[in-house]
Amino acid sequence: MSEAATAPRELRDSELDGPALSARLARIWGTQRSIVGWLSSVDHKVIGRRYIVTAFLFLFMGGLTAIVMRLQLAQPESKLVGPDTYNQLFTMHGSTMMFLFGVPIGEAMAVYLVPLMVGTRNIAFPRLNAFSYWVYLSGGVFLWISFLLNIGPDVGWFAYVPLSGPEYSPGKRADVWAQMITFTELSGLAVAIEIIVTVLKQRAPGMSLSRIPLFVWALFVNSFIIIFALPAVMVASTFLILDRLIGTQLFNPAEGGDALLFQHLFWFFGHPEVYIIFLPGTAFVSAIIPTFARREIFGYLALVLSLIATGFLSFGLWVHHMFTTGLPQLGAAFFTANSMLIAIPNGLQIFCWIATLWDGRPVWRTPLLFVCGFFFIFVAGGLSGIMLASVPIDTQVHDTYFVVAHFHYVLIGGNVFPLLAAIYYWFPKFTGRMLSERLGAWNFWLAFIGFNVAFFPMHISGLMGMPRRVYTYGPEMGWGDLQLVSTAGALVLFASFLVFVWNVLASLRSGAVAGPNPWGAGTLEWATASPPPPQNFDHIPVVTHREPLWAERGGLPVVTGLSIRHRELVVSSVAEAEPQLRESSPAPSIWPLIAAVTVGATFIGSIFTPYAVLWGAPPIAAALTGWFWPKNTPEDEE
Amino acid sequence: MSTVRAEPQPFEPHQARVTRDLSGLPTYGFGPKSPMWWGTLGFFVVEGMGFALALGTYLYLVQQNPHWPLAPIPPDHWAGTLNTLLLLASLWPNLITDRHAHAQDLGRVRRDLVIMSLITLATIALRLYEFTGLGVRWDQNAYGSITWVLLALHLTHLITDAGDTLVLTVLMFTRHATGKRFSDVSDNAFYWYFVVASWLPIYVAVYWIPRW
Ligand code: HEM
Ligand SMILES: [Cu+2]
Repeated sequence: MSEAATAPRELRDSELDGPALSARLARIWGTQRSIVGWLSSVDHKVIGRRYIVTAFLFLFMGGLTAIVMRLQLAQPESKLVGPDTYNQLFTMHGSTMMFLFGVPIGEAMAVYLVPLMVGTRNIAFPRLNAFSYWVYLSGGVFLWISFLLNIGPDVGWFAYVPLSGPEYSPGKRADVWAQMITFTELSGLAVAIEIIVTVLKQRAPGMSLSRIPLFVWALFVNSFIIIFALPAVMVASTFLILDRLIGTQLFNPAEGGDALLFQHLFWFFGHPEVYIIFLPGTAFVSAIIPTFARREIFGYLALVLSLIATGFLSFGLWVHHMFTTGLPQLGAAFFTANSMLIAIPNGLQIFCWIATLWDGRPVWRTPLLFVCGFFFIFVAGGLSGIMLASVPIDTQVHDTYFVVAHFHYVLIGGNVFPLLAAIYYWFPKFTGRMLSERLGAWNFWLAFIGFNVAFFPMHISGLMGMPRRVYTYGPEMGWGDLQLVSTAGALVLFASFLVFVWNVLASLRSGAVAGPNPWGAGTLEWATASPPPPQNFDHIPVVTHREPLWAERGGLPVVTGLSIRHRELVVSSVAEAEPQLRESSPAPSIWPLIAAVTVGATFIGSIFTPYAVLWGAPPIAAALTGWFWPKNTPEDEE
Repeated sequence: MSTVRAEPQPFEPHQARVTRDLSGLPTYGFGPKSPMWWGTLGFFVVEGMGFALALGTYLYLVQQNPHWPLAPIPPDHWAGTLNTLLLLASLWPNLITDRHAHAQDLGRVRRDLVIMSLITLATIALRLYEFTGLGVRWDQNAYGSITWVLLALHLTHLITDAGDTLVLTVLMFTRHATGKRFSDVSDNAFYWYFVVASWLPIYVAVYWIPRW
């Protein structure tokens, strides 16, 4: 610090302009083109892209397990897979979808888009971001390799004790499930903290709270739900591991423990989990609708408030998953009321979206098609949800296909449809190329029809009494035809994904060139090239409106004064986004990867011996020290 | 009508209008100015939830069992009480460290960090000794399990903080002890408050609820 005064004058971005400035910034913010450079990258766009691709791969793998299950159930007494394999299939399907796809995909999109939308150059704690990705990847690969080695978990995606406890699940299967949780929740928590701090402290000058894009608000609230909810499942899975590995008795009623304790801990996380999956969906919708309605969003404040309300209410609901465990009457009534209450903010949101479209001049492109599909499916899922919120009905259809139908309407309607809309919308930003509209329409209609054909009949199968998690059924049950229809629908749905993959691959090679702002959108991510350069923006913009690119005619106002000798970004105040600091941002580093490997080895080792924690600690400590120890880069010496 | 509607506009990235120059801003700050401070706060929430759920489990198990503790005698509280006093007393040097970090007084910060490192190591040693006085094994029954879990959970925080403090101490004796490191020292002091605060309810649960 004190040397700063005597050091040669710092080079600033006020002294260069145009392409010379771009090139210089791209060099200091860039990722080296080598294997080590690639493994050391801390660029949020590079890591965000990896996150998105990986989460889609897991969606695809989860889809494959679903297809095998559907083929097995297509007719009575099918011999395609046996009961043991079927148990693993639905466990792998549920765990993959919820933990390797559902939570990470929202965070993945946030990692890529939030820094761009708030007008900064990198996410907060970029090395933690790199670390979190490697941890997530290891957790997912670990689960799938275990499955291929035939030690995949078979206890369902929520692994209830006593089934998953030491007595009824000898072997390693349940341990694999529990440690997969540790991996993915660790990475999910890290990303949530990065997003929160990026939103609080790195917004472009002038982006006061009321100018934050709704997309960012939604993922910000989502991150809060994550940091309050995920610790619960980590505690649950850690307790489970302890019971299994070192003989603690936390869930063992014979020794003063309690099995329902697991369910409380799990659902304290598990219900908010539904919102962790759904809020990113609302984020995508809120970003897409104004662009295609060609007007700013209707009811901004109402939407922000309903996001926050959803965040709070999502924690009052977990017990509705346990209605059938025999809770006290009054408690059940309270949770029923709460379950119904949450329909209010959700309804309000949908109203504001429709009002925006109503008053706008809608442009019917593929992203908007998927948004309409979302409206339809999600509302249908909400209706069956309100039915389930009533204790008598829940008691009747608990653990039947009615529930399976309900949560797929909510999860696929609330997350997957908006996600596909989002990919069609931002693909040009990610890659510089447009996706094909013609294939997009095919993709949408196949998905929409396939989905409803697959899942609507499951409501009826459920009401006819078909239980979930059965590997087969007898012809006399009478739901064979419905099951066949469901399977046909699932195959159509799967085909729609193949169209999607085709569209992505073909457009990467030969899609129309997008340019910076192909949709004429209003938020900051469109104020830079597609794909964005490593520094995101040559000059940090000044924000004067919620849709800056629509409000500012003739170029954005910007600030200058940042270094062009090393990575520097603007840190601003929480409420008003008044610039406070020019802070340096960490340079690439291989240590996050090394740290992730040591942590991963420790987690996996601990399945086999508790001493792994002792052996693992020194390498982890060494890796973390290497990570934080200053190197001789200008970033570190600032 | 004030609704902003999309107007087709040509986009020109280099058409920027400079409205303000930030070269006069400092390059690091303390407390809520610093992103790291907020990040630390985020970790408090995560770890605080962990503690809260573990404590909730303790109370839940107390409620599920007609007798508590599930052992002939409650744990010997003296080592824990001593550790609590040590932790409370450490708040004072911790506060001083933070002050000297704000003042960027390198000489004093070095001394303070050495003292804080020794204190964290002492609390770890005492904590390890605490386990010997519990009078119940972790695998004996649920009471033993949750008691060990609570102590061990907090122990991991003592260990992380000790590691962090030791590395920072060494760092401040090298040539890397420049401006921003003082902000790191301050954040480290901030973390210690959390470690101490989270101990107090655990202390009450582990040592005093069995004596109720
Ligand atoms: C590709 C389309 C999908 C199909 C055809 C499908 C099919 C199925 C079927 C048939 C089951 C019931 C298995 C049984 O109870 O025997 C199931 C369970 C489940 N699905 Fe899906 N699914 C799909 C996509 C998704 C998505 C996108 C998610 C989440 C984001 C999801 C989450 C779940 C969960 C959590 C379970 C419960 C697993 C358990 O019982 O442990 N599914 N799925
Ligand atoms: Cu729920």
